[in-house]
Amino acid sequence: MSNEHSMRRVTAIRNGTVIDHIPSGQALRVLEMLGIGGKSSVPVSLVMNVPSKKMGAKDIIKVEDRELTQTELDRLALVAPDAHVAIIRAYSVAEKLTINLGSEVSNVVRCTFSNCITTNLREPLPHRLKVISRDPLHIRCHYCGRPQDLDELIKNVL
Amino acid sequence: MAGLITMDDLTNEQIINILDDATRLLPVAKGELYLPLLQGRILGNLFFEPSTRTRMSFETAMKRLGGNVVNLGDVKNSSVVKGETLFDTIQMVDGYTDIIAMRHPRQGAAQYAQDSARVPIMNGGDGAGHHPTQTMLDLFTIRQAHGTLEGLKVVLAGDLRYGRTVHSLSHALTRFGCELVLASPNLLKMPEEIVSDLREHGANVVETEDLLGSINDADVVYMTRIQKERFADEDEYARCAGAYKLHADHLSEVKSEMIIMHPLPRVDEIHASVDSTRHACYFNQAFNGVVARMALICYLLEVAVPMDVESQGGVI
Repeated sequence: MSNEHSMRRVTAIRNGTVIDHIPSGQALRVLEMLGIGGKSSVPVSLVMNVPSKKMGAKDIIKVEDRELTQTELDRLALVAPDAHVAIIRAYSVAEKLTINLGSEVSNVVRCTFSNCITTNLREPLPHRLKVISRDPLHIRCHYCGRPQDLDELIKNVL
Repeated sequence: MAGLITMDDLTNEQIINILDDATRLLPVAKGELYLPLLQGRILGNLFFEPSTRTRMSFETAMKRLGGNVVNLGDVKNSSVVKGETLFDTIQMVDGYTDIIAMRHPRQGAAQYAQDSARVPIMNGGDGAGHHPTQTMLDLFTIRQAHGTLEGLKVVLAGDLRYGRTVHSLSHALTRFGCELVLASPNLLKMPEEIVSDLREHGANVVETEDLLGSINDADVVYMTRIQKERFADEDEYARCAGAYKLHADHLSEVKSEMIIMHPLPRVDEIHASVDSTRHACYFNQAFNGVVARMALICYLLEVAVPMDVESQGGVI
C-alpha cells in the first residue's frame, strides 16, 4: 500500500504538525511524551500500524493548530528518533523539521532513580542523560549512571 | 582539572603507574621518611555521611606529604542543614582548596560536584554508586600480595547489591582479566546492570549463593558486611548472614597464598580466629588506604613522585 494511500486514512489538516514514520505501536507514547492527552483542546488524529515500505509498519499523528517546538522535538527524539516531522500551513508542508538524538539529552527529562543527586530540584546544573545506544535505546544518567526505563522517563518530562 | 569519579576515569596503564608511585611512597606512608611533595597544597575533606577510614586516610595521606587539610566537619553544623545545594557548597570549597575528597549519600553526587568544580574531585563513595579510591587501595593490596593483577580468581562475597566498594572493584578486576565469583544471598545479588556490563566487557562471572564452596581455588576472597536493615525480618537475616561468615576452620583447603580482604568495618562476617592466619589481609589493606591515596593525590595534582624516593626524602 502506498504512503499516499495510507495518509488518506485521516483527512489532511489545514494548519498544524504531522509526525510520520513513528515506530509501529509507539504513537500513544509519543502523545504522552508531548503532553498531548485527552484534556488537550486541539484536534488530534492518529493512525497506528499502517503499512510502510521503509518500516514495514508505522504510526502517524496529526496535530491541528499546533506547531511543535524544539523542546518538543527533543522529547520526541527519545521515543521516535527517526520520525519525520512536517509543519503544515494552509494545507501545504511549510517546513520539515529534523529530529536529532545525539549522544546526550540535556534538560529534556529527569533521571528516574529516586536517590540520584538530581532529585533535589534546587540543584542548578542541567539534567543530563547519555545515549549509550540508539537501537535498542539504552540511556543512562550522566551523574548517577543508572540505566533509564523509557516508560518511567515519560513521567519525568521537564 | 579532572578528578576520579569512577574507575573509567583511569586507563589500565594509569592505574599501574599510580600503584608504582604508591609502592615507592610506602616508607613515607609509614612515617620512616619525610617527603613534602604537597607542601602548600590544601585538601578539602567533604564527608556528607559518616566515614572513619576513608576520611582519616585522606587526611593522613595529605599530611604525610606535607600538605594541609580542611574539613567540612559534622554536616549537622554546616550550611547543608540550612538547605545549601551541593553546587553552592562546592563553589565555596573549590575556592578554598586545591583538591577535594568527597562522600555523599546521593548517587551521582561526585560527578555532579566535578561538573561544578575547578579542582579535582576524588569520589569517596556516592550512595550505592562508586568508591574508586577504595578500589585503588584494593588493587594495591592485591598486587602487593600476588605481584600481579592479571588473571586472578577473585571471590566477592556478602552484600553485593548495596556495597559500592564491590561495584567499583568488579569493574577494575574485569579490566585486568580476573575471573569473578559473586557469592551473595539472592536478595543482595550484584545489580543486574553491573553483571551485564561486566559480561559485555568479556568478564568470566559466576553468580552463586555458596561462599564456602567457592573459596578453595580462589586467589582473593573479598568479604563485605551484610546489614540487618536490608532484610524484612530477623530470621531471614540470621539465615543469610550465617552463610557468609568466615572462620579459621573454613580455610584448611584454601590456596596458601590466598588473601582475605574486607573494606571494614566488619561485624561478624570474619571471625577473630581468621586474624592470626596468613590469609588475613584486611588491616594491611586499611593501612594501604594511606599510600594509595598519597599516590592518587599526587597524580591528580600532577606532582611527580620521584623514582628514588629514598634519596630525596628526609629523616623525620
